[in-house]
Amino acid sequence: MRTLKLKKGNLDTFLAKISELGELWGPRKKGEVYIYDRIDDLRDLVKEPVITFLPIKKLFLPPRFQMLHYDGKIYEENINQFEQRIVYGVPPCEIHSLLIFDKLFGLKYKDPYYFKRREKTIIIALSCTPSSACLCKSARTHVIEEGFDLAITDLNDFYLVWVGTSKGDDLIRAAPELFDKNVTQEDIQKFIKWREVRDGKFKKSIDFVTMPDLMDLNYNSHIWKEFAEKCLSCGACSMVCPTCNCYDVIDEIELGDNSVNRERFWDSCMFKEYSMVAGGHNFREAKAERLKLWYTHKLKSFTDAYKKYSCVGCGRCVITCPVDINILSVVEALLTGKVDKDSLLTEKGK
Amino acid sequence: MTNPYFPEPARIVRKYELTKDVRFFQVRFIDTERALSFDYKPGQFMMFSIPGTGEAPFSISSTPSRPGLLEFCIRKTGRLTEALFRLKENDEIGIRGPYGNGFPIDAMNGFDLFIIIGGLGAAPLRSLILYSLDNREQFGRVHLLYGAKTPADMLFREEFLELIDREDVECLLTVDKDNSGKWPCYTGLVTSLFNRIEDIKPENTYACVCGPPIMYKFVLNELVKLNIPKHQILMTLERRMKCGIGKCGHCAIEDIYTCMDGPVFTYWDVLHMKELI
Repeated sequence: MRTLKLKKGNLDTFLAKISELGELWGPRKKGEVYIYDRIDDLRDLVKEPVITFLPIKKLFLPPRFQMLHYDGKIYEENINQFEQRIVYGVPPCEIHSLLIFDKLFGLKYKDPYYFKRREKTIIIALSCTPSSACLCKSARTHVIEEGFDLAITDLNDFYLVWVGTSKGDDLIRAAPELFDKNVTQEDIQKFIKWREVRDGKFKKSIDFVTMPDLMDLNYNSHIWKEFAEKCLSCGACSMVCPTCNCYDVIDEIELGDNSVNRERFWDSCMFKEYSMVAGGHNFREAKAERLKLWYTHKLKSFTDAYKKYSCVGCGRCVITCPVDINILSVVEALLTGKVDKDSLLTEKGK
Repeated sequence: MTNPYFPEPARIVRKYELTKDVRFFQVRFIDTERALSFDYKPGQFMMFSIPGTGEAPFSISSTPSRPGLLEFCIRKTGRLTEALFRLKENDEIGIRGPYGNGFPIDAMNGFDLFIIIGGLGAAPLRSLILYSLDNREQFGRVHLLYGAKTPADMLFREEFLELIDREDVECLLTVDKDNSGKWPCYTGLVTSLFNRIEDIKPENTYACVCGPPIMYKFVLNELVKLNIPKHQILMTLERRMKCGIGKCGHCAIEDIYTCMDGPVFTYWDVLHMKELI
């Protein structure tokens, strides 16, 4: 992979230049949290790495969107209207979540809503240093080799820029004068040092490869019932998880012309109706069963398209769950057979 | 990029009552070429789309050996089936598919078939029965055991009664209760018919089961006692589905999707994945 250097002061110039090639998106502060949003004013863009409230999946599968329109005679789709986008500031863990989605939404039947947006989106990844809830090193998602067009590592004196794809190369070509091709031995040493510093900052770790066995062994464990007693079934874990893909579909009838919009929106296996079939039979009536499915996917195995565990270690469930049911507290319970009743098992991180 | 969520226009050709709450639907793609070339496997399903109501999966009850028309037997249980029941012959609906793995027809070649149906389980298994009768040389002996609550609850009753006289299939029908006194076949649970089948060669038999959840426990037990290998005991299952193509997540059981890896599973799958039945 080609590597270049970008001077610190040149990032803004570069972003301004490439925003002529497509809509610029990236993290922006909104109230207390960061969100991925369209950036009209570069001063709104958060250039440092952050963990946004909702993950990058919202750009590829919005929380709610129209799949089909029925005008009374025929169905119509509108999947050819997406604007070209350039997203800045996607952390490595979320690049991995997109690689999982590429497999899931591409297996056998290609999901056009996902892939059309994917095709129209250029991704600039941004290496980060971990916050207290981050588990990407454990999940092996702190390093990226594919799934981005450009990747930027902030080495204090300058940015190291990795060119991942031909589209990424096009961005460089928009302002080649800003880049220095000469990566010196000294620069390499700076990168190695940065990596060591980052790797030393992780506060928590999970031995992910040992978890599938523990999920099997704990299948009938009381821990699931104990977690279920705390769980509010709010589904927040699914909304913030970068690898939760589930959705529901509903037909909305337009008043007046009786045309129909078939809408797709985020769903969660934590909701009671999730596994209910016509006639009222529910295959996962108990909260404990629903929690178990969620953690089977995150810790053991996630669908045919992606046999491995799907947790990418972003830490959002740790930050978000109001009753501290998260990847850390569940792993702790799987290891010890005990659920921490006092809730605040894990320190809150931002 | 083709859109796999796009329903194809089809027409309800025939619709009539099978039982009080179950209707038979004959459906045909409006495009003639599509209707005639459409291929599928017994055990697969289609998604029905009714604009304004939504989509739901239904097992195909017809056989690919009789192309042109697709048949379904559908019980009124929810919003979509209510809307479907209101439609009339010649009305248009959207369909897409076929989805799911279906029965492993190629692997079953040369084997005896031991088909066990409870109640509505006839919907997917009728496809396999008709397929095996149309391709009789592909299979060894064919046994069909069907149990329903009452004669009135038996789906395709006349069709199955006619099979009793045929020499190339052994068809045993039973009902839990017969108030009419006119039922010409057996009374009792479907498992009570097992000992009427002689000389089962377990190694050379595929058992195919579909029925209400309660039935599986008893039937599977009996089949294991007969020494039919676990991977030759097949069953077809039901789950909530929104897409049918492995994306929406609703039919997930551990790390598999019923719509892609099922709905036909083996008894080994059931033992392996605890949430299957």
